[in-house]
Amino acid sequence: MTLVKTKIGRRAFIRNTGLAGGGLVLGFNWLASCKMTPEQVRSLPKEWFELNGFLKVGDNGLVTIMSPNPEIGQNVKTAMPMIIAEELDVAWKDVIVEQAPLNTAIFTRQLAGGSQSIRQGWESLRMAGATARHMLKEAAAEAWQVPSSEITTKEGQLIHEASGKSAGFGEMASAATGIEVPEEVELKENTNFSIIGTDIKNVDGEKIATGKPLFGLDVYREGMLTAMIVHPPAFGMKYKAMNADSVKSMPGIKDVFHFEVYPEDTEKQWSDGGGIPELVAIVGNSTWECMQAKKALEVEWEEDSKLESTAYHDEALTALLEKATEQPARKDGDVEAAFKKAAKIVESTYSAPYLAHNTMEPMNFFAHVTPEKAELLGPIQTPEFLELTLASRLGMPVEKIDVMMTRMGGGFGRRLYGTFAVEAAVISQKMNAPVKLVYTREDDMTQGTYRPAYKIKYKAGLDENGNLIAWHVRGAGTNDDLVFENRFPAGAVDNYLAEKHSLQTNVTTGAWRAPRSNFIAGAEQAFMDEVAEASGKDPIEFRLELFDRAINNPVGEPDKNDYDPERYAGVLKLVKEKSNWGAANGKSRGVSAYFCHNSYVAQVLDLEDGDGIPRVDKVWCAVDCGIVINPMSAKNQVEGGIVDGIGHATYSALSFKDGKPEQSNFDRYRLIRNTEAPREIETFFVDNGIDPTGLGEPSLPPIVGALANALYKATGRRHYSQPFINERPPLVG
Amino acid sequence: MATYTLNINGKKQEVDVDPSTPILWVLRDHLNLVGTKYGCGIAQCGACTIHLDGKATRSCVLTVSSIGEQKITTIEGLSEKGDHPVQKAWLEVDVPQCGYCQAGQIMTASALLETNPTPTDEEIETAMNGNICRCGTYLRIRKAVKMAAKS
Repeated sequence: MTLVKTKIGRRAFIRNTGLAGGGLVLGFNWLASCKMTPEQVRSLPKEWFELNGFLKVGDNGLVTIMSPNPEIGQNVKTAMPMIIAEELDVAWKDVIVEQAPLNTAIFTRQLAGGSQSIRQGWESLRMAGATARHMLKEAAAEAWQVPSSEITTKEGQLIHEASGKSAGFGEMASAATGIEVPEEVELKENTNFSIIGTDIKNVDGEKIATGKPLFGLDVYREGMLTAMIVHPPAFGMKYKAMNADSVKSMPGIKDVFHFEVYPEDTEKQWSDGGGIPELVAIVGNSTWECMQAKKALEVEWEEDSKLESTAYHDEALTALLEKATEQPARKDGDVEAAFKKAAKIVESTYSAPYLAHNTMEPMNFFAHVTPEKAELLGPIQTPEFLELTLASRLGMPVEKIDVMMTRMGGGFGRRLYGTFAVEAAVISQKMNAPVKLVYTREDDMTQGTYRPAYKIKYKAGLDENGNLIAWHVRGAGTNDDLVFENRFPAGAVDNYLAEKHSLQTNVTTGAWRAPRSNFIAGAEQAFMDEVAEASGKDPIEFRLELFDRAINNPVGEPDKNDYDPERYAGVLKLVKEKSNWGAANGKSRGVSAYFCHNSYVAQVLDLEDGDGIPRVDKVWCAVDCGIVINPMSAKNQVEGGIVDGIGHATYSALSFKDGKPEQSNFDRYRLIRNTEAPREIETFFVDNGIDPTGLGEPSLPPIVGALANALYKATGRRHYSQPFINERPPLVG
Repeated sequence: MATYTLNINGKKQEVDVDPSTPILWVLRDHLNLVGTKYGCGIAQCGACTIHLDGKATRSCVLTVSSIGEQKITTIEGLSEKGDHPVQKAWLEVDVPQCGYCQAGQIMTASALLETNPTPTDEEIETAMNGNICRCGTYLRIRKAVKMAAKS
């Protein structure tokens, strides 16, 4: 039996009748997004009883579960309620899911980022369900005058076997609201899970497949105006002047004005990113009319700081790679001495360009700001921080600001930085009207918070037996210092040196799916392959030897190393077995393994051999993310990360000329398409009962290494520079 | 501004808009049919795919003045109860992640199966190649199209 104190997030369990109104609120608000079966529709409860902030039980046994976190496609809107339903012990068919309002007093971390929703929500979600189950049991015990310890639950039923009494949750829900919230609750044993670990379909699936309004861009309100922004054409430029008169008279246009998004006294949050401080707004009746005015408007811009080009970024990053840092990030032993006595030295440099996030739903937000209150509705990964910025920017107390979350058409880190929502609020305040701000694809792509450009140099020394005796890594990124000094192979090599540089630039950068890992994993794992080849050992055996070293005799303080070598080796062994590694199959194979966002992933990738375009035939993927909540959806995340990683490493790049992005839409910015995705992906999860960790990001980083290593087998050439399609001779057509 | 009478999902709809307005924005801004999505505005991503006389067409570059009598079907009109074989397959395979591109994917897939009820793997991939899924659900999209073809 696992007992946990209800202390963490206890406020969530104190009955809060103000939340969500209770009663028959569901079904009338399109945002509620509740998925109801026909049976549920026929039998909506007459009354709902809220047992804690996470759930309410209807008098007929239906249960509404609030999904606390923003949904960006990582499927937390299904997975988080599954965890609550598990501990409540209700049948999933009787569950209705609603997107929770922003209330961090109850829901603690309402943020989509870092693959942390499930990991950090695990305990409080379980407690929410278990607390409610406890109260229902106590209510039944009082009603039946039996000890509550003799009452069991199953699929929404309370059962007292000795007396033969039973009741549905709905029958006891009213009485349960009068039960004191327990100090501690009993959680289920993992072996008794009946919902966790089963394939549950996306709760919004039907709405998605039938085109129901779910997304921020789908918000339409009575009297709503559409707004668009015009931003400087280049990083390093700022607003100077414009002639708005001719545009103001265009059909449907209400106003055109220049505005400051962030005046100097704005208290910005980290989530305001690099946001462009001054913009031009065009406000009109419809999207197309605004687009026409945007084309016609002539704005004069002036140079504010250096206009940077990709050639400059390349040169400056390359120069940094030649420079030792004053203070190494980590130093074990003496790499210089070890290189001197090494039998073999391997040295390589890897690079990758800026990337745009390119969520399919461009940035947008609805705002209705009046002197009394501010109502905001749209796609945001960081609603809590947005609310704080708005309070400062609009000069309103936080209590008067209501930020609501829509389902998001992708996030990938872009919607961590809610500058677009601040812009919408400022425009609405100025217009004194409800406004939906819409970015065009071009706005979205050319005013991003991009994945930084990176370069990294590795040098490894092997002794005469092919053992790794020295490892030196020096990395540099634009506004980002790239290297994780305590990740593998730190701890597995006697002589280790990690150095990191950051190049300050005025091109705004931010988190992009698996920040830093999305590049460094591929570089490290491609280099590891080169080193293994030089050692004359099999690439998997070479890695496993290093993990053995980290397990048996780690270098440095063991808790300094930011990984568990046994779990790391575990996924590698699993993928080795599942892919039948070592057996010739007529394909060019590459292997890779990486640990990030608390999860371990190893992959084997097969490229088709033969003339012409190498196509990814199959990827085997072994994952250790602890307990898997929803295997069907977890596999979807893994597959998506693999396709995303292959796609960006092979095809995508954002380049700059005099501060101006050279790609502004999908005609020149190439994203992976259906015919380019692997024919097959097979995913295996390690079943170890460890508390769950993240899955939105971890499958992406290593696949770049597996691809690079397979490409070497197929072409005989190492690929150092992303996107690989630009390598010569051409990789693909 | 000009008045157009459009045949959308089997219903006559009248709109008063600029002749250059793309059908995408007529649907979304004027007729409250928001299932058809804006993705790129230049016919590159497929999020705005509708059927024009049954043929998969990009609505973001299709002006209202060019439609005439042609019949428009949107995701909202693909089936009455959301039970078109392609929609059913999409649910069965649990295709979506973020879900934003999926209406366009479903419209492309359903148009393909109208003209080619038993496509090969290669024909499915090729037909679906114009629709970008940023989440990378391509393998499930193929599987769902195949499943719908069999049903």
